[in-house]
Amino acid sequence: MDAEPLRTDRVITDGAANLISRVEELAYELTIAEVMSRDPRAIAPGTKMGEVMETFREARISGAPVVANGELVGIVSLEDLIRALRESNIQAPVGEYMTRMVLTVKAHSPLIEALKVFEQRHVGRLPVVDDDNRLVGIITKGDITSGVMRALQYDYQEEEVRKYRARHLFEDIVSDRTSLTLRYKIAHGAFAQGGNASSHIKRALLRLGASPQIARRCGIAIYEAEMNLIIHATNGGMIRIEIEPHRILMEAIDDGPGIYDVEQAMQPGYSTAPDSIRELGFGAGMGLKNIQRCVDDMYIDSTPGRGTRLELRINMPPQESLGDAARKTGTTEERDDHTTNHRR
Amino acid sequence: MKLTELIQLIDGAVLTRGADLNRDVRGGCGADLMSDVLAYSQPDAVLLTGLCTSQVVRTAMMADVAAIIFVRDKQPTEEMIQLANREQIPLISSPHGMFEVCGRLHNAGLQSLEHAYDEG
Ligand SMILES: Nc1ncnc2c1ncn2[C@@H]1O[C@H](COP(=O)(O)OP(=O)(O)O)[C@@H](O)[C@H]1O
Ligand SMILES: [Mg+2]
Repeated sequence: MDAEPLRTDRVITDGAANLISRVEELAYELTIAEVMSRDPRAIAPGTKMGEVMETFREARISGAPVVANGELVGIVSLEDLIRALRESNIQAPVGEYMTRMVLTVKAHSPLIEALKVFEQRHVGRLPVVDDDNRLVGIITKGDITSGVMRALQYDYQEEEVRKYRARHLFEDIVSDRTSLTLRYKIAHGAFAQGGNASSHIKRALLRLGASPQIARRCGIAIYEAEMNLIIHATNGGMIRIEIEPHRILMEAIDDGPGIYDVEQAMQPGYSTAPDSIRELGFGAGMGLKNIQRCVDDMYIDSTPGRGTRLELRINMPPQESLGDAARKTGTTEERDDHTTNHRR
Repeated sequence: MKLTELIQLIDGAVLTRGADLNRDVRGGCGADLMSDVLAYSQPDAVLLTGLCTSQVVRTAMMADVAAIIFVRDKQPTEEMIQLANREQIPLISSPHGMFEVCGRLHNAGLQSLEHAYDEG
């Protein structure tokens, strides 16, 4: 017998593959108790099948555990109900039609245990019991799907948790003056990576609690500076960001070729970039001007043959400061002691 | 305008997964020069472009672009799609040219967001 040919039209991307493996992980990480429905509609063995029908219809369920004196004795499903109907015997007690050999799963077991049972046995739901075999819930395939979906959603919320943690950095660590320094090496000609450092920087700022406007201004300025290192600096260069509650200092440093005429380089439209750069959407001579409009202060120190140092600074008004403490008091006394190089 | 509406208007194909297509877009911006986007676009605009490099996705991240529309059926590389998936920026490709796409969206009431942030 020939095997089915492999389907080749369905390409699984890395993104999809990641998601699939995350779902698999969750089957081991989550416990049955976390996804099951609690307080199942337990039915007494003496209940008439007709009443069971009403319960199913009312609660929109298709099965329920049967419990006598707190103990699980069976499970009754839609199929049992149909049998009773076919035999015109809906006055009969549940005990007569229910399934007695009940498969159960333990509440603290990983989800994978329930999945295995669902796969091997032909059941639609499984009663969940605790270590003393007391009924604590019921689990269906639908519960598993929605439990996993909730967990994936929660993964997404972890970014929120990260933000929360980072945002408190400036409060949790006590010093007279706290700053966070990030450094990135930028290689010459590394166009494919162009913007990598800038995205890390922007994300860090958002996590630290910077407003979207501040993060956007910093992101744009540092992205143009990063592209300049990639395009113009012979040996690439270094980006250094120093974040303080009230201000962000950014530096892009390289060791050549330097700029002969800074005034001219600042003019919109002036560019020494080759055409190949223009094909990437850069090299129109707008970068430095763009940077300037995004920041509060900009300073270029360049020596031909020696290199270029671009210093940028963005000030945050008290209500936009990083860290609640700084925001509340609006402390500004430390703001102006680092401006010795500042000439513009 | 909802992104889903916009996609219909331009016969667009969505190339990314997972991003929220029900989100609202405030307006649009058309450019092939990324410095133009960085300088003259406002947050939450859709970017219409004929340029198809990773720098477009990076630029979109920096400029808080709501979605990228590649005109004239330009197809981004798998690498670009992955980057966009990670950053949750929808990539959409339209068979129509830049003028046509801009025209359709403008006609449907999408406003221009092509001015610098500080120009309001
Ligand atoms: N780090 C640098 N090293 C040497 N030259 C630079 C550097 N940054 C900018 N320049 C010079 O300044 C000019 C203008 O820069 P910019 O406004 O960013 O425009 P573009 O990068 O599009 O050319 C560049 O073309 C280049 O000649
Ligand atoms: Mg530049």
